[in-house]
Formats: sequence, C-alpha cells, structure tokens
Amino acid sequence: MDLLTYRTPPELVTGSAGHYPVIVVGAGPVGLCTAIDLALHGVPCVLLDEAAALSEGSRAICFSKRTLEILDRLGCGAPARAKGVVWNTGKVFHRDELLYEFNLLAEPGHKHPAFINLQQYHLEHVLVERVQQLDNIDARWSSRVVAVKSRKDRVSVTVQTPEGRYIAHCDYLVVADGARSPVRTMLGLEARGQVFRDRFLIADVKVLADFPTERRFWFDPPFHPRQSALLHRQADDVWRIDFQLGWDANPDEERKPERVIPRIQAMLGADLPFTLEWVSVYTFQCRRMEKFTHGRVVFTGDAAHQVSPFGARGANGGIQDSDNLVWKLARVVRGKATTNLLDTYDIERLPAADENILASTRSTDFITPKSNASRLFRDATLHLARRYPFARALVNSGRLSMPHTYTKTPLTTADSDRFSAGLSPGAPAADAPMQNAAGTVWLIDSLGGRFVGLYFAGGAPVDASICTRLHALRNLAEPVHPVLICSPGRLYSWTAEGVEALEDRNGLAAGRYGAAPNTFYLIRPDQHVAARWRQFDLRSTRDAVRRATGGLSPEYTAWQN
Amino acid sequence: MAKLNIDLNLDAPDDFYEALLDLHRELTDEQSQRLNARLILLLANHIGDMTVLRDAMRRAREDLDSD
Repeated sequence: MDLLTYRTPPELVTGSAGHYPVIVVGAGPVGLCTAIDLALHGVPCVLLDEAAALSEGSRAICFSKRTLEILDRLGCGAPARAKGVVWNTGKVFHRDELLYEFNLLAEPGHKHPAFINLQQYHLEHVLVERVQQLDNIDARWSSRVVAVKSRKDRVSVTVQTPEGRYIAHCDYLVVADGARSPVRTMLGLEARGQVFRDRFLIADVKVLADFPTERRFWFDPPFHPRQSALLHRQADDVWRIDFQLGWDANPDEERKPERVIPRIQAMLGADLPFTLEWVSVYTFQCRRMEKFTHGRVVFTGDAAHQVSPFGARGANGGIQDSDNLVWKLARVVRGKATTNLLDTYDIERLPAADENILASTRSTDFITPKSNASRLFRDATLHLARRYPFARALVNSGRLSMPHTYTKTPLTTADSDRFSAGLSPGAPAADAPMQNAAGTVWLIDSLGGRFVGLYFAGGAPVDASICTRLHALRNLAEPVHPVLICSPGRLYSWTAEGVEALEDRNGLAAGRYGAAPNTFYLIRPDQHVAARWRQFDLRSTRDAVRRATGGLSPEYTAWQN
Repeated sequence: MAKLNIDLNLDAPDDFYEALLDLHRELTDEQSQRLNARLILLLANHIGDMTVLRDAMRRAREDLDSD
C-alpha cells in the first residue's frame, strides 16, 4: 500500500541527528492513536515502525464504546464506525443448548454502541489515513529501532532503515511496540505475570453465511468436545473463530490448513464454502511491567501490559493508555506542566492495567480450568445456568472491556458537596443526546481535547454574573471551555460569546450527571471527571484545574494554608 | 454487617444429616463431587453476603492438612 512508503529520513540526507519533542515506536493502534493525539495537541512527533504494512490477520477485533469516543476525538470515529460491524447481543452455549443471551446496550441515548467489531488492519488503515492528514507527524516505515539510550535530558534511538542506520534524539520516547516489545528488552526491562497452560487457535474465515451479528461462545460444543469456541462477525463477511486447543496441542501442526479446515467445517457445517484468510495459535498471558514510565521512556499498550483475549481489553486498554498519556505529555513537553503531571500516567494507568488483568485472569480461569476442582465448579455453574438465572452471572466467557475510573489519583478534587448520583471524580464522562441551534448533537462531542466546564442551568433564565464567570473560564492559565446545559425546551437564543449552549433534550444528561440547577462539572481533556460541585465557583474551579494539571498537590495546599 | 452463624441453626439436625447422606446414596465419587459443587453454588447464592461466605470458606479450610 502506498500509504506506507519508506522515504529517506532527513538524518540520512544531512548526516546529523535530529531532535524531536516525542518519538513514538510502533504503529499499531496504540502508537497511531498516540501520534494523532500528540499532533492534535500541537506536539510534532516522529512515528517509527519496523514494517511497511498493516497488521496481518484480524488480531484485535472488538472496539468498545469508550474507544469509539476516543477515536471520535481523534477524528477517526466516523470511518471506523462506517467500516465496523455493530453488535450488542451475546449468546452463551453449553454443549448444544443456549444457556442465555445478553444485551450489552442497557439504555438508549448514547452516540456509540457498546461495541463494534473491526479487524485491526482496518482500524490501522483508518488511523494511518488520519496520520497522513496531519502535517506534524513524521511517519517513518521500514524503520526499526535497534538501540535505545535513555539519558537524564533526552533519549537517543538508533534506527535501522533499508538505506542504513541513523540516530535521532527526543525529549520523550513513547513505546508502543507490542507484547514482545523489543525496546523493553533493549532497556533490560520486563513484563512479569502469569502464562496460562492452554493454547487457542484463531482463524479469520471469509464466508457468506446468514448467522446473526452477535457474539457466540460455546462451552464443550458438539463440534469441539471438552473445549470452548467463539464465533464473531467482522467487516467484509469475515468471521473470527477461536478454538481452545489445550496445552498439549502442537502449535505448528494446528496451524496447518489440513488441521484447521476440518475444525471449521465441523463448526459451520460441511456444505458451507469458505476461505481461510488467516490462522494463528497463541497462549494466554497476563503480565505487566512494574512501572510504565522509566525516566523519559513511557510504555503503553501491550508493551506495558498484556491480557488474555475474550474481554477485548488489549487494544481498548492500550488506546485508553494513550488517551490518558497524551494530554499530560503534551503539557510537559511544552513547559505548561511539570513532570508531576506525567507521573500520574503510572498512578492512573497501573490500576487500570491491574483491573484489566484481574478481569481477564478470572475469565481465563473459567474458560481454562486449571484443576479438577476448578473444572468441577465450572461445570456445575454451567449446569445450573440452564435453569437458574443467578448462575448465569457466574458464567464467565469474557467480561468485556469497560473504562477504568481513576479513584486514587492526585489529579481529581474530592467531592465537598453531596452527590447521591452522577459521576464521581475520576469516572469517564457520560454521553447524552443534546440539542443546539444546529440540531441534534451529542454531549460527548463537546468534551475532550481541552478542559471543559459543564454548567447545568436548569430551567430558569441564566444570571448575567454566571455568564460572566463562565466566560472567564476561557482566560485561566489553563483555559477551560464553558458549556451551559439547559432544561428541555429552554434553549433560548443564548448569545454569551464563547459559551457553548446545549439543551438537554430528554433530561438524560442531568440524570446521568446527578445534576440539579447550578451543578458544575470540570471534565479533563481525556473526558474523565476532574471535579464537581453543587454550585459554580471560579476560584474552586481554578484550583481544581491546577490540581488536575499536577500543579496543586495536597501537600502544597496544606503548606499554603 | 451479617456474620456467619456458628451456633446451632438447623431445625432438625438429624433430619438434615440423614437427608444429606440420602442425597449421595448410590452415587459414584465423581457424581457426589458434582452434586456437592451444585449444592454449594445454590446455597452460596442464597446466603449472598460475601463476608459470611468468606468466613465460612476460611473455617472450612482450617486445619485441613492435619485432619
């Protein structure tokens, strides 16, 4: 593909080493998102990848609502949605019987569905096209990092290209080079954890079948006795099939078409013609690095932590790393924040990785019982689940990715007012359908990329002094974009310049935010809640913004008082 | 907070014990194990309280090696 053409880098023309604010290693979904987000934050970067091709095979296929919100912020949501397959229903089978089905989209009034399925190479294609549109990303293909030197004041990388080697320097190196992370190895660092004694075969199969668009998971199916299997639709009539093989399986043998094809025929039926697009065998692993930030080198995605699949927590978790990192890194690189802010990447994302690893480990323990007792309870659960709904809650065929709430972080301001509902500080912002002069819009689209202040006006006319103070948010050292939310039917032609006005069409926003008139939320650039109050106060907001940018630690506050 | 009741709570201890043994009569060891697993899951759901369940698990595990 000509999108990914190698071009001679300036270093090999001039013979001198370039210096860049940020170099990103690895152009998978996480590295691409990081580069795009940096560019949107006005930070130029170099993106290096050893290949000049998109990922082979489907790999990550399920992208969550939260990821779609992030992709929207990056300008990639619409093409990903257009190409992807929307699904909300999952079915779990035991032997030849349907145990139960679930619907992931519990309530309407969200821009995005719970999940779309999209082959990783399609998502990468969408992201690469976005990279091409942004002139401050220097994407370098066929460029393999072969050495890394991390110093106090900069990081130097040696890059191997088809035309020879060169050295480039950067203020920060973001590592997104995958589970086997060569950069991690070069720096003598490790990701530690658990390897599960089981192997899975995954296959992409092109077939014109009229199976419904839903996730189907089988325990002990007749076509694959004693093991489990998964069938999931992707774009272009390609279906993803996962077969549990057991630990004794020989990966090289199992990958052979003469072994794979009969398995798929047993599942789909012998008469259905299909073509095999890609096959891989993998082992479940759950592990992470002890910390993700090492001086000026920051690890993200699979390079930092690895989970088992069946929860869609790999790529989704990695993209959320990037979402958390970039607004912080951009401020540090541009001298708008101290490295205190960058330190919170580890504080916030290590527990997020642990949450994903815990969910993934539990799923794996259910799908792949490690002992006789484990299998005994697994089978008893499946047996009871046929008749008793309570047991269905114990069946674990993957707990699908949910965004992490940052509960233990110095960046949020603890509630000082009473909230019995709504979004606690650290939670991801909720979406809701809104109305503005242009028509129907989504609240989530007004958030992100910058700090946003959400003022819930209720139904009464808005006091002029509130307008003045909302407007003043724009002039803080770290500007806050003011958004005024009024009750249904109250979208008066509201003309305070620089204050965005939205009408809460169905009252869903007020409900989801637990808002009463005068409630005010401060939302971070990554669309997580930084603080909330029952009234809007400029000074409290300013302090909360300072805290959310790493400039106001609790210690500092205590000292100041 | 609910506590695991370790005082006698069964209406008819002998009846319960007999019923439990009757339940396992003529089963193979493997069938008995499957039955026990189902029984534990049903009872655990009835109890519901995680503190109580953890306390019961801990007490059941106590001195297991020295029996």
